[in-house]
Amino acid sequence: MPNHFSHPAAILRSIQVRKRWEKVFIVVGVFSLFIALATLVLLVSDLLIRGWPMLNWRFFTSPPSSDPEEAGILIAWVGSLLVIFVTALVAVPLGIAAGIYLEEYAPKNWLLDFIEINITNLAGVPSIIYGLLALGFFVYILNWGESILTAGFTLALLILPIVIVTTRESLRAIPQGIREAAYAVGASRWQVIADHVLPYSMGGILTGIIVGISRAIGETAPLITIGALTFITFLPDSPLTTQFPYISFNWVWAPFTVLPIQMFNWVSRPQDAFQINAAAAGIVLLVLTLGVNALAIYLRYRFRKSIKW
Amino acid sequence: MVEQPFPSTNKVPLTLPSRTIRLWRERIIATVLFLAAISSVITTLVIVYILFAETMIFFEKVMEEHQESLLAALVEFFTGTEWSPLIQPISIGILPLLSGTFTTCVVGSCVAIPFGTIAAIYLSEFAPAKVREFLKPVLEILAGVPTVVYGYFALLFVTPVLQKIILGVQQFFAPGKESWEYFELPGFNMLGAGIVVGLMIVPYITSLAEDALRAVPVHLREGSYAMGATRLQTAIKVLMPAATSGIVAAYILALSRAVGETMIVAIAAGLQPKLTFNPLEGAATTTAYIVSVSLGDLPHGSLEYQSIFAAGIMLFVATLILNVAGYFISRRYREVY
Repeated sequence: MPNHFSHPAAILRSIQVRKRWEKVFIVVGVFSLFIALATLVLLVSDLLIRGWPMLNWRFFTSPPSSDPEEAGILIAWVGSLLVIFVTALVAVPLGIAAGIYLEEYAPKNWLLDFIEINITNLAGVPSIIYGLLALGFFVYILNWGESILTAGFTLALLILPIVIVTTRESLRAIPQGIREAAYAVGASRWQVIADHVLPYSMGGILTGIIVGISRAIGETAPLITIGALTFITFLPDSPLTTQFPYISFNWVWAPFTVLPIQMFNWVSRPQDAFQINAAAAGIVLLVLTLGVNALAIYLRYRFRKSIKW
Repeated sequence: MVEQPFPSTNKVPLTLPSRTIRLWRERIIATVLFLAAISSVITTLVIVYILFAETMIFFEKVMEEHQESLLAALVEFFTGTEWSPLIQPISIGILPLLSGTFTTCVVGSCVAIPFGTIAAIYLSEFAPAKVREFLKPVLEILAGVPTVVYGYFALLFVTPVLQKIILGVQQFFAPGKESWEYFELPGFNMLGAGIVVGLMIVPYITSLAEDALRAVPVHLREGSYAMGATRLQTAIKVLMPAATSGIVAAYILALSRAVGETMIVAIAAGLQPKLTFNPLEGAATTTAYIVSVSLGDLPHGSLEYQSIFAAGIMLFVATLILNVAGYFISRRYREVY
C-alpha cells in the first residue's frame, strides 16, 4: 500500500528535516553547557575584578575591623584551618571504618538495607539541619559551647556520608581474587583488609576524603546555626606552647569564625567597601575549595589510569 | 642430606592461646567497625529527637501564649498566613516561609531542568569523547563552588543585571515615562536567588541524568538506529522513556537540594517572611529564617530558639520525602536492566 514515504524525494526530504533538527539540538545542547561554563567564568571574573586589589599580605594577616580598608581574614582562615583539622580527625577514621564494615563485614540483610537507605538519606539532608542538630545536641546537651570542637564535629557528620560512600565504592573495585589469595595463605579477615584491600583502595578513599574536606571548607549555614561569631578579633590559643607538654588543646574550646562566615558577614553589610572585602574573601575561598576539588579530580584520574588488575 | 620432612620436635605454629587472641582481636575490630557504621543511624535518630523535642516545647509555649489547645496551635501553624514568632503578639503560620521556599524552588527548577536535561542528552549522546572528558570535571567544579560565593553572585551580579533587564523591558513596551513610574526590582528578590539556585543544581541534574541515559543498554540505541532514526529521535523517543525513572530521580534529588539551599536565599532573597508567590518580590525561605534568627545572639530556651527547630522540622520532612522518593525511583531504574 503506497504512502507518501514511498517516494524517494519524500524520504530524502524527511532525512534532511530530521538532520536539520539534529543540528538545531546540537546548538541548543552546546548552549546549555555554555550556560554552566559562563556561570563559572562570570562568577570568577566578577570576584577577581572587584576583589583583586584587596588581595595583599595585609589582608591575610589582619583581624576584621569596622574599617573596610583595615579589615582582613586572619581570624577566619586560622579558624577554618582548625575546624577542618578537627573535622578530618573525626570524619576520616569514622567514615573509613563504617565503609569497611558495610562493604566487607555486613551480612546482606535488612539491617544493611536500613543503614544504606539511612546513609543515602543523610547525604541529602540539608546542611542547615546538621546545624540544628549541633545546636541542640553538641552545644546544649553535651555542653561543648559554640567552640571549634562543636564546629568540627558538625562538619564531620555532614561529610561522613561522602566519605562512607566513596570508601565503599573503592573497596568494591578491588577484585575478589586478591581477598581469596590472602585468605588462602591463612590471613584473617582483618589482615586481608588492612594488608591488602585497604592499601590498594587508598586512592579512591583519598579522593572521597578530599571531596568531603572541600565541601566542609565552603560550608556556612550549619556553623552560623551553632552560633559561630561573625565578628571576632582574637585568635584561639596556640596549639603549641613553650611549657611542657608543648601541646595544648585549649583551642578546641575557643570561639571562632571561618572564611565563609566572614564572607557572609561582609556581603550582608550595606557599604560597598565591605563588598570588595567580600569579593577578596570569595577569591580565597574559591581558590581553596576549587583547588582541593581539582586535586581530587586529578587523583581520581591518575588512580583510574594506573589500575591494572 | 635427606631429613624427615616433618621433624616430630616441631610444634604446630598455631598454639591455642595465639588462636584465641587472634579470634578476639577479630571480634573487637568487627565490633568497632560495626559501631562506626551504626553512627549514621545514631545521627539520624539524634536529628529526629532534637527536632521533635524542641518543636514540642515550641508548641507548648505557643499554647501557653495563646491559651489554646494543641490542635488549635497546629491549625494555626499550618494555615496561618503570618510568621512572626519574635514579635508580640506572636503569630506562627508557617505558610509564608513555605511560599518563599516554593517560589525559589520553582524558579530554580525552571532554570535547571531544561538546561540540565538538554546538557545531559548532549553529553551522553552527541558530545565527542574529548569534549565529555573536559566538561565533566568542569561541571564537578561548578558543583563544588561554596554556596556563600553563589549568594554573593546572586546579590551583586545577577540581581543588578536583572534590574537593568526588567527596566529595559518596561521602557521598550511603555516608553516615555518618568523613571520612578516603572516597576523597580527590589535588591532582595526571589527571582535572582532562584535563578542562581537553578544554576547551582544544573550540574547535579546533568550528571545524574547522564548516568541514567548511559545506563540504557546499547541494543536499544542500535535497534532505533537500525530503524533509520537519527540520534535526536533515538534520544527523545527511545532513551528518554527508557531512562524516565532515573531522570525523574535526578530531578527530585536536585529539587531536594534547592529546598535545602540556605546561603544563596539568605543573602539574595531577603529575610522578611511574606506570603507571596511573586518571584519579583523578596521573601524569606525556611532556611533563610533559620539563618537570620541564628545570627543574633540566640538565648537558649527562648521562643525564637525553639522556632528555628519548628521551621527546621518542616524542612527536614520535606527533604526526607523527596530523598526517599528519589531513592526508590532511582533504585527502580537500576533494576530494570
